[in-house]
Amino acid sequence: MKIVVAVKQVAALDDDFEIRADGLDVDEDFLMYDLNEWDDYSLEEAMKIKEAAAEGAVEVIAVSVGPERVDESLRKCLAKGADRAIRVWDDAMEGLDAVTIGRILAGVVKKEAPAMVFAGVQSSDQANAATGMAIAASLDWPHAAVVAELDYQPGAATARIKRELEGGMLQAVEIDCPAVLTLQLGINKPRYASLRGIKQAAAKPIEHWSLGDLGMDATQVGATAALSRVRRMEIPVKGRAQMIEGTIAEQAAKLIEIIKEYKGEAA
Amino acid sequence: MNTILVVAEHRRGEVRPVTLELITAAQQLKTAADDRVLLAIIGQEVELLASQLQWAGVDEIIACKTNSAEFEPELAEQAVSALIVSRKPIAVLLPHSVDSLGYATAVAVKGCYGYATDVFKLAYDGGALVATRGGYNQKVNVEVDFPGHACAVMTIRGGAFKPVEAAAAPLLTVDDRSELSGRSRPLEFIEQGGGGDIDITTVEFIMSIGRGIGEEANVEDFRELADNIDATLCCSRPIADAGWLPKSRQVGQSGKVVSACKLYVAMGISGSIQHMAGMKHVSTIVAVNTDPGASIFTIAKYGIVADIFEIQDELQAQLA
Ligand SMILES: Cc1cc2nc3c(=O)[nH]c(=O)nc-3n(C[C@H](O)[C@H](O)[C@H](O)COP(=O)(O)OP(=O)(O)OC[C@H]3O[C@@H](n4cnc5c(N)ncnc54)[C@H](O)[C@@H]3O)c2cc1C
Ligand SMILES: Nc1ncnc2c1ncn2[C@@H]1O[C@H](COP(=O)(O)O)[C@@H](O)[C@H]1O
Repeated sequence: MKIVVAVKQVAALDDDFEIRADGLDVDEDFLMYDLNEWDDYSLEEAMKIKEAAAEGAVEVIAVSVGPERVDESLRKCLAKGADRAIRVWDDAMEGLDAVTIGRILAGVVKKEAPAMVFAGVQSSDQANAATGMAIAASLDWPHAAVVAELDYQPGAATARIKRELEGGMLQAVEIDCPAVLTLQLGINKPRYASLRGIKQAAAKPIEHWSLGDLGMDATQVGATAALSRVRRMEIPVKGRAQMIEGTIAEQAAKLIEIIKEYKGEAA
Repeated sequence: MNTILVVAEHRRGEVRPVTLELITAAQQLKTAADDRVLLAIIGQEVELLASQLQWAGVDEIIACKTNSAEFEPELAEQAVSALIVSRKPIAVLLPHSVDSLGYATAVAVKGCYGYATDVFKLAYDGGALVATRGGYNQKVNVEVDFPGHACAVMTIRGGAFKPVEAAAAPLLTVDDRSELSGRSRPLEFIEQGGGGDIDITTVEFIMSIGRGIGEEANVEDFRELADNIDATLCCSRPIADAGWLPKSRQVGQSGKVVSACKLYVAMGISGSIQHMAGMKHVSTIVAVNTDPGASIFTIAKYGIVADIFEIQDELQAQLA
C-alpha cells in the first residue's frame, strides 16, 4: 500500500526585500527556499508507518507542485527515506491558489490510489491551511485537520486520531480510511537525513509529471479556476514598538530599567 | 438586499467567544439598511445553544440540528453548503479556528465559492469584496478578491474584530439536518494536564524563549537569567515540541493565554499569529530579535534588535 505525502517548498524573505514591480508578489531575488516545517513531520509520520510494517509493504511517495527548484526539497524527502518523489508542473498552471494546488494533488492521488494522504496543517510562508483539505474535497474523501496523534495500521478501514484544539485540548476521533489528514507540528520527532540517505537520494529519480499525465486540462489549473486572486501585496506599516537603540550594554541597561519599573509598580 | 452568513462555533455546550467577533465582521459587510446577517449554529442541542446567541446585529439565528453534539467536519460542511444554496449569501464568515480548518475548504471547493483564510480585514472596492490576509510569515499584507464568484467563504482571524456587546432577541429558525451523516466520529476530549508544573496563566512576569535559542544546551542560561530577575520561563511552540521545556510552558493558541501577565520579555520569538494569540494583550511586551522585520515588533511596546545571547550575557553581568 501507498502513503502520499504532499510537500511544499516554502519561501522565507531576506531581511531587506522588495515587492515586484507589478505589486502582486515579492521580488524573487529576495526569496530563500526550504521544505515546509510541517512537511518534515508528515514525512516522518509516513516513515514511521512504513518502518513498523513488513519490509516493502508500505511505499512512501512525496509529491509537490512547483517549478524545477522544488526538486531540491523533494531530494531532501528522498534522503530521509521516501521511496519515490513526484513533481508536478505545467506551463498552463497560473495564479495557483491553495485550492487549485489541492485539485492538482488530488489528480496525483487518483493515479497512485494510496491508502492514506498526509499534508501539513499549514505552510510557513502563506499559511493558507487549506491545501490538504482541498485535496480531500476534490477526492470526496474523509478528512481531518490539525492531527496531533495518529494510530493507524497500514490498510486498516479506520484510524484513531487526536485533533489538537485551542488551549491545549485534544479530541479523539475515529475516521474512515482512506482519508486525508493534515498533521501538526510535534506529532513526532522528525529525523535528519543520514549521509547514506543523502547519497542514495542523489541516485533516485524524481518523476516529473505534467497536466496530461494527470488527465487534467488548462481550464482546471488556470487563473480562472482559482477561488481567489491576489490584487495587491504590500509591506505593512511597522507597528508601534519603541526601538531601544545603542550598544548591547545600553540596550541591556534599558531592559533592566523596564524590569525594575515593573517591579516597582508591582511592589 | 444582501445576506451575510455567519457560522457560530461551540464546544462542549459553550458557544466560543470568537463567534461574537464574526458578528462585528458581518456588520462591516453590510452596504444597505436591509442587508441581513444570519447566524447559523450546527449541533444536536441547537435550541439550547441558540439561547447563547442573543446578540444585536443578528437578524436571524438558524439552528441546524444534526445528530452530533460535537463538531464533525462533513456534517458541518453539508449543513453550511445547504444554507448557502437556500439563503444565497454574498459572504460566509467562519472563525479561523481548528474546527473551521477541518471543513471550510470543503465548502468552498465543492460549491466553487470564493475562498480566503485567516482574513483580518474586509472592505469593498467598487462593489468587489476585498479580503486582506498575511503572507510570507506575516511580513506582507496580501489583498485578495474573488472575481467570478457570487459568494465568498472566509475564515476570520481571532482578535481582528471587536466582539459585539449589545444583546437582542433575533428571530429563530430551526433547520432539521438530522439525516446528514459523516465519515468520522468525534469521541472524548482530553485535557493536556500541567503535570504538576506551575500554571502560567496566573503569573505576572514572563520571560519567554523561542527558536532563536538554537539548542537545548542554551536553555539553562535563560533559566538562570529568568530566576535572577524573578520571571517565569515560558516558550513558543518549537521549544515545547522539542521537549526542551514542558508543554505547560507553551504560550499561544494551542498552549496557554497568559491572561495575568503584565511584563513579557520575548527572546528569539518571531511573532507568529498563533504565538501572539497567547500574549498580545500583555501591556508591556519587550521583544529581542536579530531581525528588525520580525512581526513580534508590531505588537511589542519595546523592541531590541540584538542577539539574545549577547543580551543575556550583558544582563547577567549588569545584574551581578
Ligand atoms: C494550529 C496551530 C497552533 C499553533 N499553536 C502555537 C502556540 O500555541 N504557540 C506557539 O508559539 N506557536 C504555535 N504554533 C506554531 C507557530 O505557527 C510558529 O511555528 C511558532 O510560533 C514559531 O516559533 P518561534 O517564533 O519561536 O520560531 P521562529 O518563527 O522560527 O522564530 C525564531 C525567531 O528567532 C530569531 N532569532 C534567531 N536567532 C536569534 C538570536 N541569536 N538572537 C535573537 N533572535 C534570534 C529569528 O529572527 C526569528 O524571528 C501553532 C501553529 C498552528 C498551525
Ligand atoms: N505546492 C504544493 N505542493 C505540494 N503540497 C503542497 C503545496 N502547497 C501546499 N501543500 C501542502 O499543503 C500543506 C499546507 O499548505 P497551505 O495550505 O499552503 O498552508 C503543506 O504543508 C503541504 O503538505
